Amino acid sequence: MRKSERDVQDSTRSITRRGLMLGGIQAAVIATLGWRLKTMQLDRADEFRMLSDGNSIKMRLLPPARGLIHDRNGVILAGNEQNYRVTITREEAGDVSAVVARLRHLIPMTDTSVAALMAEIGRRSAITPVSVADRLTWDQFASIAVNAPALPGVTPESGLSRSYPRGGDFAHVLGYVGPVSDYDLSRIENPDPVLMLPEFQLGKVGVEAKLESDLRGKAGARRVEVNSAGREMRELSRVEGQQGATVQMTLDAGLQNFARHRLGEESAAAVVMDVNTGDILTIASSPVFDPNKFVRGISSADYTALMNHDHRPLADKTVQGLYPPGSTFKMVTLLAGLESGIINAGTRFYCPGHITVAGRRFHCWSRGGHGSVEALQSLERSCDVYYYELAQRVGIDRIADMARRLGIGVRHDLPMSAVAEGIAPDRAWKRARYDQDWQVGDSINASIGQGFVLASPLQLAIMTARVATGKAVEPRLVRAIDGVAQPVPEWPDLGLDPAHLRVARAGMDAVMNGSRGTAARSRVVAPEWRMAGKTGTSQVRNITAAERARGVIRNDQLPWNRRDHALFVCYAPYEAPRYAVSLVVEHGGGGSAVAAPIARDILLFALAGGLPPLDAYPSGQRGEIEEMRAKLRLDTPEPPKLARVRA
Amino acid sequence: MTYLDYKVAHTPAGWRKILYLNWPLVFLLAAVSSVGFLMLYSVSGGRPEVWAEPQVERFAVGMVAMIALAFVPIWFWRSISIVTYLVCCGLLLAVDLVGHIGMGAQRWLDLGPVKLQPSELMKIALVLILAAYYDWLDKERTSRPFWVLLPLVLILLPTALVLQQPDLGTSLMLVAGGGIMMFAAGVSLWYFSAVFGAAAGLVFAVLESRGTDWQLLRDYQFRRIDTFLNPGTDPLGAGYNITQAQIALGSGGWSGRGFMQGTQSRLNFLPEKHTDFIFTTLAEEFGFIGAMSLLSLYTLVLAFCLYSALTNRDRFASLLTIGVAGTFFLYFAVNMSMVMGLMPVVGVPLPLVSYGGTQLMILLMAFGIVQSAHVNRPR
Repeated sequence: MRKSERDVQDSTRSITRRGLMLGGIQAAVIATLGWRLKTMQLDRADEFRMLSDGNSIKMRLLPPARGLIHDRNGVILAGNEQNYRVTITREEAGDVSAVVARLRHLIPMTDTSVAALMAEIGRRSAITPVSVADRLTWDQFASIAVNAPALPGVTPESGLSRSYPRGGDFAHVLGYVGPVSDYDLSRIENPDPVLMLPEFQLGKVGVEAKLESDLRGKAGARRVEVNSAGREMRELSRVEGQQGATVQMTLDAGLQNFARHRLGEESAAAVVMDVNTGDILTIASSPVFDPNKFVRGISSADYTALMNHDHRPLADKTVQGLYPPGSTFKMVTLLAGLESGIINAGTRFYCPGHITVAGRRFHCWSRGGHGSVEALQSLERSCDVYYYELAQRVGIDRIADMARRLGIGVRHDLPMSAVAEGIAPDRAWKRARYDQDWQVGDSINASIGQGFVLASPLQLAIMTARVATGKAVEPRLVRAIDGVAQPVPEWPDLGLDPAHLRVARAGMDAVMNGSRGTAARSRVVAPEWRMAGKTGTSQVRNITAAERARGVIRNDQLPWNRRDHALFVCYAPYEAPRYAVSLVVEHGGGGSAVAAPIARDILLFALAGGLPPLDAYPSGQRGEIEEMRAKLRLDTPEPPKLARVRA
Repeated sequence: MTYLDYKVAHTPAGWRKILYLNWPLVFLLAAVSSVGFLMLYSVSGGRPEVWAEPQVERFAVGMVAMIALAFVPIWFWRSISIVTYLVCCGLLLAVDLVGHIGMGAQRWLDLGPVKLQPSELMKIALVLILAAYYDWLDKERTSRPFWVLLPLVLILLPTALVLQQPDLGTSLMLVAGGGIMMFAAGVSLWYFSAVFGAAAGLVFAVLESRGTDWQLLRDYQFRRIDTFLNPGTDPLGAGYNITQAQIALGSGGWSGRGFMQGTQSRLNFLPEKHTDFIFTTLAEEFGFIGAMSLLSLYTLVLAFCLYSALTNRDRFASLLTIGVAGTFFLYFAVNMSMVMGLMPVVGVPLPLVSYGGTQLMILLMAFGIVQSAHVNRPR
């Protein structure tokens, strides 16, 4: 079809008109796009910038290193160790089972643990790292790092974990840390966000729990950029955390270790206290457990074994255990009598072996009786009838009052868990507790530390220190926090007549050094360490009339858990007291035979600052002592060398 | 006008043609493509081998093809327009059959070394045949119903085939591209008013059909409409793409976060960051200034094409130029509207910038035909 020139011009005009219209429409659309860009990028930029940052920048907390715990000489009792662990992320691993199979060549894993791991990986989201193994050795850790290309999705990580290099020695006093449980969180108001970190460790019991705020430190933070899957792409900034405060305890690691081994597998407790400052040098409960197991997550088999052990290793017998103090309570009754003015040091009572009060017969431990007894002899020979007579005259309220002045039945403030108050019973207490009148028989039982009286080994040590010094000494467990020494208060005077205290002390001296002392066998012959003490044997049951008739009263014929508790309190040196020791061996038998020798060894170790020379012991016992020492597997720490400054 | 009408003496011949190329257009296209290389390098996180290098290679091939096509006399294209149209329809049919045998949405043919996307070719073939049709048609008959119906069939046949794939975006592009051609050719504006009215009715019918037996769209297509209307209701689900794209775009501000510093795209918050959503990365990293620069480049491309079309006395050549430019315009306008939340998400790439070999090369070849129209215009 041929077209004329006019036609062409015509169509060109038509195209020109429509082309310009089209161009106008396109220009309008482009202007709309530009206007939209302007509103979004210029007018609303801040709003979108905020959304974008929220999308991509996250704060990640850095857990602070936990504060160290030292003993009084700088030995580390609780530290932090590198924990090498390995995690796996499903998304990156791809074929998880193949990767785990390869991992098994590098780290030991049982079939059951692999099955548990696979279940855990299946449960978690694909991008959540799941812990494969914890506490790897450096070699295992390094081998995984080297083989990283063959192990996609596997990340070797290192972090800090609490460790207790002294093992079980301080398990009860320091306690342990563990992962934060929902229960822990529910008890804390406004929990520190660092507690939400999966690997964070929180003090669970003991000093670790009580001084948590000092030990925890301050969390650091990292600002990281994350992608839409939540994975970290890079770190933008980092503020390191602040390590928790170093806490120096009054404890002595060497002495504690000795006490622990000397107590052996007995169910027992020992407390060593500096009578002048109140410093607790040793507070040992036996048997012990390994707190490191709790930090790492104790196996249920181990835990069941601890729970079912009849010696109750998990209980801290030094502050939670309450025992009838038995004859170790006699200083309290004696001082109550002397202070009341009803008796003096020379007052005598006659002991026929028993007395009958209100139709009930009360026996002295010596069936034959002690004859005429005065104050000093009553302690030396531990005559019960003397105290029966005394209690009837002095009355329970004065005795209870004296017990409280000496620290029994009073809560002492220590950063330890479940510190027990004990019981110094009086009329009001019995009325409140049992809604009953106080009976004279109750006073008689209480006078020799039986019946309602209950005291913890810690309280017995405090009582001994107070008798030894006449001052209201309180126990101290923390020596310094972050290098700042905790001040030793000037302990107030108890307000007891020094003459009366001298009678009690002389009686305790006679127990060990008198010719008829109940613990004379455990005396110290070194004059500079002359020791004063008091035995106690407390019944955990009443001897029935039938048993008495059959003559079954010997302890070793009874089952273990019905035998008497063996107790002993002592201090030394007699003239210038430094340390007080209390010792309880549950169901151990007699205080003089079982408790006194152990208490003496611990006290001598404290005085000598190590194993004392054998000539501190009576010559006849040295071979026996040497034999005993050879069996001990002590682990006495070397205190860190301090830089010596020469003048 | 046929080739006999050319005043041969006034038309450059041989290698001299290279001097008569629309050089500003060549540089503009190269500039737009370079923006693409830059952005592909950025979204790959600095690994050019992933997207940027293949794109550069295809661009080079496309450029050579464009200049080669410019040497071809314009009447050649008019002569083969019917053949190209029929071949493209055949290819579309083949894709539908292969897709039917294979699974899901099939949009390309695997021809050994290259994957051919016939629907992309069809856009150009449609422009060619419509330009040829209106060149052939007498001006008085342009708006007569029968002569309007014929091009409608030419447009709707490939549209139906593409809709079968199913590819809603491309089929709408075909309809719109054909509409531009008919508009430029001078079809009465009454027809256009009627079509817009009918379209409004169709939209209503489509929305009403949802959930019935005669549902006109696939479920995922309905969901796209939902999320377009209200992306905030499901920011992590179906509305995720739109919400994240807008965050990226808006957070760019005046001058952007800097090259390779866009957090949204680099951290995988953006979907399809190297293809349909690449504009958001540009807007995030170079801000308003960068986004407006690209928009200006596109506008200049349109302007030079329009100028070339209006100054060309050959009706086929100017219609063709307007058609190619219109298709180009549709690409970027729809893509930008989509990422800016002005339109529902339809899979339309940003021309010359998005990663994709077929799209880039076919566009450059189409501009080669435009160049041919420019070089060989009657003087």
